[in-house]
Amino acid sequence: MFSPTIIIEAMINGLLTGAIYALVALGLTLVYGVLHIINFAHGATLAAAMFAVWGLNAAFGIDTYWTIPIVTPAFFVLGYVVQRFVIGPAAHGDDGNILLITLGISILIENALLAGFGSDTRSIPSDFSFAIVEAGPFLLSSARLVGAAGSLVVAILFWLLMSRTDTGKAIRAVAREKLGANLVGINVGHIYAITFGLGCAALAVAASLLMPTFYVNPRIGGAFVNIAFTVVVLGGMGSIPGAMAGGLIIGMVESLSGLLLGESLGQIGIFIIFILVLLLRPTGLFGAKA
Amino acid sequence: MLEVKGLRAGYGAVEVLRGIDISVSKGEIVAVLGANGVGKTTLNKALSGVLPVTAGRIVFDGVPLSGSSTAAVDAGLIHVPEGRKIFPNMTVLENIELGSYRRGKKNRTRNLENVFATFPRLKERTGQAAGTLSGGEQQMLAIGRGMMAEPKLLILDEPSLGLSPLLVEEMFNLVRRLNQDGLPVMLVEQNVVQSLEIASRAYIVENGTITMSGTAAEISANPELKRAYLGL
Repeated sequence: MFSPTIIIEAMINGLLTGAIYALVALGLTLVYGVLHIINFAHGATLAAAMFAVWGLNAAFGIDTYWTIPIVTPAFFVLGYVVQRFVIGPAAHGDDGNILLITLGISILIENALLAGFGSDTRSIPSDFSFAIVEAGPFLLSSARLVGAAGSLVVAILFWLLMSRTDTGKAIRAVAREKLGANLVGINVGHIYAITFGLGCAALAVAASLLMPTFYVNPRIGGAFVNIAFTVVVLGGMGSIPGAMAGGLIIGMVESLSGLLLGESLGQIGIFIIFILVLLLRPTGLFGAKA
Repeated sequence: MLEVKGLRAGYGAVEVLRGIDISVSKGEIVAVLGANGVGKTTLNKALSGVLPVTAGRIVFDGVPLSGSSTAAVDAGLIHVPEGRKIFPNMTVLENIELGSYRRGKKNRTRNLENVFATFPRLKERTGQAAGTLSGGEQQMLAIGRGMMAEPKLLILDEPSLGLSPLLVEEMFNLVRRLNQDGLPVMLVEQNVVQSLEIASRAYIVENGTITMSGTAAEISANPELKRAYLGL
């Protein structure tokens, strides 16, 4: 029915999109793994980051990719401050409260964006959005290639941070043994905030990589968070390699089921996977056994 | 070295420590003994700043401690907790290195050699996930991690808990050796007999207060000990 070329091309395209999904899922799984909470504001933060990229481009004409060195540190600081001075103190040590607070923050962000920018869908038009690279028989979108490469770089930087630096090791220590971490002098509140900041920074990079081929409106986060959540469940809650592998798999599934079932039904494949994982392997691919 | 006066602490409305006075001098092993649930672990948590103190004073090395765990570590009061509390998902080497996260970072390489010299077993297992170690090895790891912070006083909470009799013996020998190298130790234990053998002084805790104190020999000879300990 389809020629191998088309199927392989769809798979490659799926992997490229999946790399961005992995990046979006990274922050979600990191915050879950360390703080043991679902950050309900994740999607709204992504929307805010995409608006920030769009705004920098519209106001100052900064190329989308060149917004990365601006929005990434800005969102890291934002995430740090919100966790350290809003979520942390307001939680009073109860995880249930954190859930409600992040939900509240997401409503706040989405409505602030709605008030500021209206509900219109915006994009950054450029020739690059439609540029294509010919690789043998395959036609691949340049912007998606850059996106996947960017995600890969972030993943590598992340791995280095977590495995080579004291801060990364402290994050992993706090994730599993809070009292032990406290007793070696790790400031848990500070590490929580750094983790939250890293999650937001990853979203900022994702936003910059997405904007050349995607559009933004205040509700855009929801679409990505549904997918990111599936990625996190598939990979194993809290597992960073799981988020990477899960993102690539989900991207490919979406692309292939879009090819076979039609573009509008493409996401069905994702949710079939979601249900199958929950039925057959609830801990996910890389998840720890309960 | 450590001077504790009228220390009170607890969880919520429940007061566990009801006025504790303890002191540890340079070079000593001081045993803090008591049955389960009398507040020994709570005392340790209060000393290391993990649990807020409701009243009383902790003076360490001449300086009052501010009641945060980072301040305690900065001052060199290092607490090796009950149940080890190692990082199971990380390698043995990473666990030991994190001991110097805040204090002793400059001398990390030298202190690492020191820890490996004390615990050759850990050196064989540097790349292994700490959660897969045996109970005795995990206890060594927890102590090794504590040593990395160049402690001025080491608080050991139930280091013999859950170990085989042979390993318990080894653990007490180790505590004695660490002390002979000049490290003051506050040994918090349920194992009365062996603790009193190596300690110079001891305190008996009952219901959140000190009911007996004195040299190890005095405490061992005191007929009240049996009553306090067994609740007879």
